[in-house]
Amino acid sequence: MNQQFIVFLKALLGSCKDLLPIILVIAFFQFAVLQQPMPNIGDILVGLALVVLGLTFFIYGLEMGLFPIGESMAQAFAKKGSVSWLLTFAFCLGFGTTVAEPSLIAVAKEAASVAASGGIINDTLAAQLSYANGLRFTVAFAVGLAIVVGVLRIIRGWPIQYLILGGYVLVVLMTMIAPSWIIGIAYDSGGVTTSTITVPLVTALGVGLASAIKGRNPMTDGFGLIALASLTPMIFVMIYGMVIS
Amino acid sequence: MALLIELLTTLKNTVIDVLPILSIILGFQLLVIRKPIPHVKQVGFGFIYVLIGLALFLLGLEKALFPLGKMMATQLTAPEFIHAGEQVLTRIHWSDYLWVYIFAAAIGFSTTIAEPSLIAVAIKAEEVSGGAIKANSLRISVAIGVAIGIALGSYRIVVGHPIHYYIISGYVVVVIQTFFCPKLIVPLAYDSGGVTTSTVTVPLVAALGLGLASTIPGRSPLIDGFGLIAFASLFPIIAVMAYAQLTQAKTHQIERQGEKRKRININKRSLRQNKQEPLKSSKHDKRNR
Repeated sequence: MNQQFIVFLKALLGSCKDLLPIILVIAFFQFAVLQQPMPNIGDILVGLALVVLGLTFFIYGLEMGLFPIGESMAQAFAKKGSVSWLLTFAFCLGFGTTVAEPSLIAVAKEAASVAASGGIINDTLAAQLSYANGLRFTVAFAVGLAIVVGVLRIIRGWPIQYLILGGYVLVVLMTMIAPSWIIGIAYDSGGVTTSTITVPLVTALGVGLASAIKGRNPMTDGFGLIALASLTPMIFVMIYGMVIS
Repeated sequence: MALLIELLTTLKNTVIDVLPILSIILGFQLLVIRKPIPHVKQVGFGFIYVLIGLALFLLGLEKALFPLGKMMATQLTAPEFIHAGEQVLTRIHWSDYLWVYIFAAAIGFSTTIAEPSLIAVAIKAEEVSGGAIKANSLRISVAIGVAIGIALGSYRIVVGHPIHYYIISGYVVVVIQTFFCPKLIVPLAYDSGGVTTSTVTVPLVAALGLGLASTIPGRSPLIDGFGLIAFASLFPIIAVMAYAQLTQAKTHQIERQGEKRKRININKRSLRQNKQEPLKSSKHDKRNR
């Protein structure tokens, strides 16, 4: 028990170190540049304590729960040898975690109101809702497809750079023909899809698969799923914009 | 007491967010794999820790960092701060916003260091590479990339250049680097672009972009306010590959000094083998782990 406590304290100290840069930056700008006193210091101290505690618990749980489950499932699928089930799982994981992602819901809603005020869709609540939902499902579908392609890549051993660079070329080409109002949203939609729980899970899945399949290297084949998941939404959101207009 | 209620509300929302992931995992585990989860108790507790940790983290951010950071972003971009003393705004010069660029870089760096998903990927990368990639070095490289990206993105909003030029030239740099940097780092570098824009960074960076775009005459928050996130996910890719290239160059130097046995350049060797016998290279890498 005592030993566990020491481990916990060490982890707590590590989280403090992770947070130190933010505290320094904010303090410097508040006192030295803006030259203002800290507002409600009590709230801020409580908040910082919560952040440190939260980060510690998160990293603890990461190594205990998220990493092992991702890897054990990858290994179980590899042993089972059914590619179609693995790909179904990959799609569900990508689609399911993205469609309910709060930041995506927020961005889609905002994009809908922008589109309505810009006269791209009708300025009614129903039209906005269907536009926002369309955007959400497009992004979720794109992420599901990205994980499927990424898993297929790990199984087959395709080099990632051709997929990513080919994707970039597609993004650049689409930028030229897509309507201009969708581009900002499309570029940002790549970033909002990867949440704090999805990232460790997907990383563990990729690395687990690459170590379970003979002839694959976890370093060169295991990573890259997240990169694909932040690339495909850009392409699909631009397609969505072209279809709508 | 009020804090406790807030905490429970945040916890409830986190649980709701995680529910789809949990049901997919359980569904496939029970219906398709049909085997009990190994170490089910430990994994279950791990999930509970993750949920509690995330809820505490989000609540703490809402209480302490976000209000303050957003307020600072607005204050730093406010015309009263930028043009103190000037009565009539005649023209905008990019150098007036020097503090904004410094703030953008500093906040980009420091929030990336605290980003939980980056911590997760960095831990995994250190584990998989057998310590060849240090978790902290990776995080610092990514953070430097985000800092440069957000500072440059703010500069773009101030001067009003179209975003495509910057993003497309960034892509060109990524393509060139991909051909010259050690192959082992490439997938990890691509991934690090996606993980930077998450819980901590996005709200603060969005506030900065919106503050800049709404106070500078001639910029529209709807068009120019977007895009900082795209910068923040492009530049870490460049930074991580540059880090690998620097490490490689250093190792070369050491090798040349006749200390070949001390440090083995895994990257170079696996690359050489890859060209000769594609199948054996992975075995070789595994042994190296």
